[in-house]
Amino acid sequence: MEAPIEVHDLTVAYRKKPVLWNIDFELPESKIIGLIGPNGAGKSTLIKAIMGLLPTVSGFVKIYGKPIKDARKRVAYVPQRESVDWDFPTSAFDVVLMGRYGNLSLFQRPTKADKEIAYESLKKVGMEEYADRQISQLSGGQQQRIFLARSLTQNADVYLMDEPFVGVDASTEKAIISLLKELKDRGKTVVVVHHDLHTVREYFDWVLLLNMRLVKIGPTKEIFTDENLKLTYGGKLNLLSEMAEKVGEHR
Amino acid sequence: MTPDMTVIITGILVAVSCGLIGLFLILRQNAMLGDAISHSILPGLVLAFLITGSRNVLPMFIGAGVVGVLTAFITETISKTERVYKDAALGIVFTTLFAIGVILVSIFTGEIDLDQECVLYGEITYVHWDRLIMFGLDIGPRAPVILAAILIIDILFIFLFFKQLKITSFDPQFADSLMISSKKWHYILMIFVSMTVVASFESVGAILVIAMLILPGATSFLLTTKLLPMLLLSALFGTLSALGGYYCASLLDTSISSSIAVFGGIIFFIIFLIKSVVRTN
Repeated sequence: MEAPIEVHDLTVAYRKKPVLWNIDFELPESKIIGLIGPNGAGKSTLIKAIMGLLPTVSGFVKIYGKPIKDARKRVAYVPQRESVDWDFPTSAFDVVLMGRYGNLSLFQRPTKADKEIAYESLKKVGMEEYADRQISQLSGGQQQRIFLARSLTQNADVYLMDEPFVGVDASTEKAIISLLKELKDRGKTVVVVHHDLHTVREYFDWVLLLNMRLVKIGPTKEIFTDENLKLTYGGKLNLLSEMAEKVGEHR
Repeated sequence: MTPDMTVIITGILVAVSCGLIGLFLILRQNAMLGDAISHSILPGLVLAFLITGSRNVLPMFIGAGVVGVLTAFITETISKTERVYKDAALGIVFTTLFAIGVILVSIFTGEIDLDQECVLYGEITYVHWDRLIMFGLDIGPRAPVILAAILIIDILFIFLFFKQLKITSFDPQFADSLMISSKKWHYILMIFVSMTVVASFESVGAILVIAMLILPGATSFLLTTKLLPMLLLSALFGTLSALGGYYCASLLDTSISSSIAVFGGIIFFIIFLIKSVVRTN
């Protein structure tokens, strides 16, 4: 069977300066995968490159054996919450409905069926009461749930999420993780950019350790070790001791 | 129609069409691009005049559209290729293009119907006597007829492509992930901005165009959190500025286009102050 995501020899540059070097991996189906690495490691860049949103210098990405341009509908992308302006004049429901736009033709408006799907997705993240709320009136956690609901309407097989746990309250964090597990149980593959090393063992089946190059990839139990973390965060000494402390705390 | 009515209607048409299309610039946090385009289209206009030797509408729109998109494109390319911030790049591109336009105007001053005064302030006062003749028929005063056509085109554009404009304004990365290219829609929007600007430019000049692209939208942004009411309010504030500005100008016997811009500014500040007072109480 073909892997949900295959990345081969991928190099991405920003103003001719490489930010990702020769990335090469395959991800298994039906897993929650943490994408871990220091600031500037290229985590968001990797997600965007998989999504085909950035020009690449070399290499390719395949989704279930097909180039991304032929498999866009199988992949749902959840950008960082801070990447948009939440003062934009629109309601929670309208944002969720945007997830359906990819299925509409040039002049087509969202159908009744699209609206039902959007409403169901709002329900799944426990936000149906807030459907008509203007998005600036939502808390950070609620805004993140709206973004997740939007990706659910896409009914994809692969989910790429950029820092969904940043700036959310504890109950939202729990709600998100149970949602991810539900997706996994339905055979979906979920890749999550993540910062908080405390929760890595608890949340992720696999981890991908990244620092401009691929450091390690594999099941969390085998890969998420002190030694590999040092390899990933190496050089950034102040960070390193902080990380070691956090990992120690967790044990 | 009396000459006064023609002036008022022209003002309203400018204000409404600029107000509607300008709101999308504001939502994209790209208001300065409207400012830039309203200047940089000048060389496009002059070249269109020079090449066709007339003030035909179509070449004018094509010239403006090309230069408008070029402004956005060159700015983007400069800031992406080297270390130049986007606003600096914009400043470089539109001033250079505008200055080229000014030089062209002064070199070919005998051959084209544009002078520097008109470029800045427009000639709205004389708008009634500039007739649009097609197939030997006097269709009406040129500026309002063209502006009415542009307004209808803008409304159709916004109506038909509302979802694309909305999603690429709110979350361009997500739009791209759905294959609704944010770049493509950005440039399409710039074509409509340029056409609207060029239609307005002749009668009201660069200053009022910028004011009308930004003021009505910025004012309505203060008052509602829904996109459709925001568009309607933007049209309303545009109309009010045009009416108020016209009457102020007749009272004070001063420039109509500047008065309209000032009136738009006054409306903005009144609502801004009321809002801040309400908020602190």
